[in-house]
Amino acid sequence: MDSRLLQGRNANPLSPARLRRTVILGFKSLWLHRLRSLLTVLGIVFGVCSVIAMLAVGEGASFEAQEQIRRLGSNNIILRSVKPPESQSNSAEQTYVIEYGLVYDDLERIRGTIPGVTVVVPNRIMRKRIWNATQRADADIIGTVPWFPEMKKLQLAEGRFFSELESDEKENVCVLSASIAPALFPLTNPIGRRIRVESDYYKVIGVIDVESGRPGSSDEGSNLDRVYIPLTTARARFGEVLRKQSSGSFENEKVELHEAVIQVEDQDEVEEIALIIEDILSRNHKKRDFELEVPLELLRSAEETARTFNILLGSIAAISLLVGGIGIMNIMLASVTERTREIGIRRALGAKHRDIITQFLIETVLLSATGGALGVAVGIVIPIAIGSFTEMKTIVTPEGPILAFTISGIVGIIFGIYPAVRAATMDPVEALRHE
Amino acid sequence: MSVALASIARLEKVRKTYQMGSETLDALGGIDLDILEGEYVAIMGPSGCGKSTMLNILGCLDRPSSGHYILGDIDVSKMEDDNLSEVRGEKLGFIFQSYNLIQQLTVIENIEVPLYYQGVAAEISREIAIEMASKVGLGHRLDHKPFELSGGQQQRVGIARALVNDPIVLLADEPTGNLDSRSGAEILDLFDELHEQGKTIIMVTHDDEIGRHSQRVIRLRDGLLESDIRNG
Repeated sequence: MDSRLLQGRNANPLSPARLRRTVILGFKSLWLHRLRSLLTVLGIVFGVCSVIAMLAVGEGASFEAQEQIRRLGSNNIILRSVKPPESQSNSAEQTYVIEYGLVYDDLERIRGTIPGVTVVVPNRIMRKRIWNATQRADADIIGTVPWFPEMKKLQLAEGRFFSELESDEKENVCVLSASIAPALFPLTNPIGRRIRVESDYYKVIGVIDVESGRPGSSDEGSNLDRVYIPLTTARARFGEVLRKQSSGSFENEKVELHEAVIQVEDQDEVEEIALIIEDILSRNHKKRDFELEVPLELLRSAEETARTFNILLGSIAAISLLVGGIGIMNIMLASVTERTREIGIRRALGAKHRDIITQFLIETVLLSATGGALGVAVGIVIPIAIGSFTEMKTIVTPEGPILAFTISGIVGIIFGIYPAVRAATMDPVEALRHE
Repeated sequence: MSVALASIARLEKVRKTYQMGSETLDALGGIDLDILEGEYVAIMGPSGCGKSTMLNILGCLDRPSSGHYILGDIDVSKMEDDNLSEVRGEKLGFIFQSYNLIQQLTVIENIEVPLYYQGVAAEISREIAIEMASKVGLGHRLDHKPFELSGGQQQRVGIARALVNDPIVLLADEPTGNLDSRSGAEILDLFDELHEQGKTIIMVTHDDEIGRHSQRVIRLRDGLLESDIRNG
């Protein structure tokens, strides 16, 4: 025997040198049927790119939702006054004062009994007509506290918010929302000017920045016409009774506070404190004329929804990958049948079962990995295209492509095993006889 | 030639039966045969006589239903599939009627296939394969694909491939069956040459003319030895 044949032999089909040659051989065999290989690969390409694109769209959507809620403040508990339903039916018939909603005492009680509550922002909201000489606009007057912008994460475009001193002194100062400022002062800078509400004049000391309240992001959106004044001033100027005209009859409402924002020091305690507050308020509000909103809970449920959504999208995409895998298996089975003779030759020349299995498995994995790589490339481009052509936000996280590529590889192995085993277990005599 | 030649392939009471529904068919009905080192043997007989079955058993592609087959000094008749693959790869060389080259591989790559499965290092394998290609007169066609070659050239590639692992027995199944007479004659000359170099050759053929090239003619009929004649 030629002694060279014995030098440094390594018949393990998984050794790096052998594997490299098998991969090259696999590429050659696939290249022999270029069109067929390409069409087979397309199944995986679409599967992988749909996984990535769907995850990116889902991720973008849930990011948007969470961002909106986060702007409400995840440490906040929002209380609102609601008109109880039974009082509404009475009001249509006669005019008398309906009294409902949160009262100042409620907030005192909350502040007094619950530790960990740091800031309480009470708001009174009244719809009024605002005048600047002959310019007029309808807006909500918000009676609030000096630390309101900090709580709502609002920034001022110009001027400043009112101070504690101005609040204590019940001064007639106001801050305009971004949309009402140009409506009342189309040509001039509103700072330092005065606006009229009913019979009182208020000095404009600030304008809220448009950017800080994006449309629809929170109730402080820039498209809302609002005028902020100190709560103390509001109580002094407008009293506690509001007069509303509705369907021909007047309706008098007495609402002390329309809204209150309670900030909790520790985010972990938010939900617990919300329950306590609800309990305290329920004791004094038998009619249930308030509602309680916890942005953190909304955030949680939005996250939950996003997860469900992602699972749904993920499974749809996974099914398309599965279909791609079945396509690969189909082609590999056809290929095995077609190459029966080649398998017979290789077996006759000394190929063992594992050599044949390795060869066909590598071809399948090459198909699916090529498809996976192309799919990742297309799958990253598609969300970017969606993002730039539509308003929809998309986020490609690194997990998406990694997940999709891994799945495509696994699909290749799983769907490659059966054809490969079938190839390896052929009887060499039969295989050689195959035409 | 010396008298004390070693036996290289020995069949002892080899039977091969096939189950066809309820019937049992005897493809080989108990054959005793001893092939010696360096012999050039032709196995002949009409179709259906069992010569293909015998070649498959001699080539370790199939196992006898009963009896023993001793190749070199090992009994391969009860070996596992993968061990038989190893034996084929290391000890045997196959030459087929229809050449059986792998179409997507070049001449040199085809020749290398047996060495590839033995795990011979790439450089050594390439070196040996080039030697074999020159030996069969194809040194200038190394990078051609099989379909670019004539039948005679393809069969030369087949012979080079069969020789590359330095086998103890060369098995040829109608090696000139698909060739015109001139190419066929050239191939037979190549076999004569190999025989002179001391290779053991077992060739299946139905052509008496070809049989005359060999040193010993074994005739089969209905799965049994009909005659075993040594020429000259």
